[in-house]
Formats: sequence, structure tokens, C-alpha cells
Amino acid sequence: MRILVNGASHEVRAADLSAALEELGYGGAVVATAVNGEFVPAADRQGARLTDGDRVEVLAPMQGG
Amino acid sequence: MLRLYDTELRSRLLLGTARYPSPSILTEAVKASGTELVTVSLRRESGGERAGQGFWSIIRGLGVRVLPNTAGCHSVKEAVTTAQMGREVFGTSWVKLEVIGEDETLQPDVFGLVEAARILRREGFEVFPYTTEDLIAAERLLEAGCRVLMPWGSPIGSGRGLNNLFGLKALRARFPEVPLVVDAGIGVPSHAAQALELGFDAVLINTAVSQARDPVGMAGAFAQAVAAGRAAYEAGPMEPRDLAVPSTPVIGKAFLK
Repeated sequence: MRILVNGASHEVRAADLSAALEELGYGGAVVATAVNGEFVPAADRQGARLTDGDRVEVLAPMQGG
Repeated sequence: MLRLYDTELRSRLLLGTARYPSPSILTEAVKASGTELVTVSLRRESGGERAGQGFWSIIRGLGVRVLPNTAGCHSVKEAVTTAQMGREVFGTSWVKLEVIGEDETLQPDVFGLVEAARILRREGFEVFPYTTEDLIAAERLLEAGCRVLMPWGSPIGSGRGLNNLFGLKALRARFPEVPLVVDAGIGVPSHAAQALELGFDAVLINTAVSQARDPVGMAGAFAQAVAAGRAAYEAGPMEPRDLAVPSTPVIGKAFLK
């Protein structure tokens, strides 16, 4: 299926958010996730089923003021 | 001691981590400032580059507390979701809440701010709202459960110092017990000293340090200014007056005409 990850279109085989993160190269990274604008806690990623066209945001620590 | 949500900090200087020339200069500037609290943010991470991971390991190595922000959020929903994401990544329920209302001045949308603060306090966040000097907005934020307020000095990154002295003094006078941190717009150490002299509890600085020719030197200069301003406040500054008052006693002066 095709999903949008941080605004870019990706084809993924994974069915849930946890597997999609692995597939996209985020394995072991400190990130926070949201799907379609809703926060998905790390503990819930495995059960978070993805469907075609979902918008996934993957955020990490960054400089800030 | 500065007390923010039951946490005591020795330094009254809070430092932002953005726009430094290099990670090593950021590290040295944090040390030179003596700060115990730095602001951080969340941005999109690429699975290939993983740039945020390196930044996070630098920050963890500094041994200071972090205050995640919701910078760039223009709606309550965005700000609340960003705060939730920040709490998980940074492992703290502290959040510098920004709901921006207008792009030219980056002025806080105080209506959205109050709404977001109310939601986040209910969810157990310890909210540091980036607000204006507006007294009623401050009152509403306190009613929403905020126990710290962060009024702007002037627009973010402008370096214009304390733009509305009257308003800021009124805010300080109206809420004597609430920790007030002047956030945004401070350009030079004398602005920071002025904020502390007026009784503000702390200042949050970023651009003035990170964009200085020598950020490490400027971080040290701000540390001294903040310490001097606080010491002056505790010592009780004199009241200004319009006419001269001789400082040397007049009594006993020789008559030599």
C-alpha cells in the first residue's frame, strides 16, 4: 500500500505502524509518531493498522528555542 | 532559587538550542551559560539520515533538563498533538506551549493558547505558556492550571528587548507569586539584566546567543547579566525621579564666595 510518511509517498508492505517504521529505516530510533494527525504512543504502534493513503508523521528531537 | 513546577533551579537563564554554528559551539555555550534548562523541539525525521538521533545524544550528554516546545504550531490541535509527542520522546511532562497567531510577529494566539493549556493540564502536562503581557490572558492561563507564565519581551528573534515596559511591569505587579519568565526578543545582556531587575524570575534566550559572533562568549555575558540583574532586584533598586538630588551632603559645605 502507499502511505505518506512526513509528506512523502512511500510503498510499504507492513500492515501496522511498528513494522512500517522498521521497513522505513527507523528501527531503534527515538521517534514519536502520529497517524492522520492523531498521536500514536510507542506502546500502541504494533496494534496501529495502516491503510492505503494514511498520513504518518515521524518526529525526532531537534534544536528549538 | 528559581522554582518551576516544584523543581528548583539555581540558574535563572534558560537557553534555546537552535541556530548555533555547530553542535560543539552549542555544547560550549550551554556550559558557559550555566543554564540547567534548555528548550528543544520536534521535527520530521528521515529514516535514512536520522539527524535527530545525533542531536538528542548531544543534549543528553549535557546533563541539563529539557523543555520541549510546540514551536510553529498554529492550531490548538497541532500544539496538543506535538506536546503529546514531545512528552514521549523527551520523557518529560514539561512543555513550552506555543500557539502562534500571526506569522509576521509570531505573536501568540492567546485564545488558542488558553484552550490548549486547559487540555494539556488535564492530561497531566506542566505547561509553560508562551504568551503576551496581556493581563487577562495571563489570568485565564492561570485559571487553566498554568503555574508559570512566559511573556514575550518582543517578537521572537527580533532582539528588541522589553518592548512594553509598562505592560510587563503591570504583569509582574498583578501576579507577584507566579514565576514569570521573559521569553523572546531579548537581544543583549542588558535586556536580560533589566528583566531580572524588574523582578522577572528568569529569561529564556536563544538567538541573542546562537547568532552572536562568539556564542560561547555571549552565553557567559548573559550569565553575568542575569546574575547581576537578580542581585540588583534583591538589593532593592532606587526609584527614578525627574529632578537631581545631590549625592554629596550639602550640609557642612565651605562658604567660599
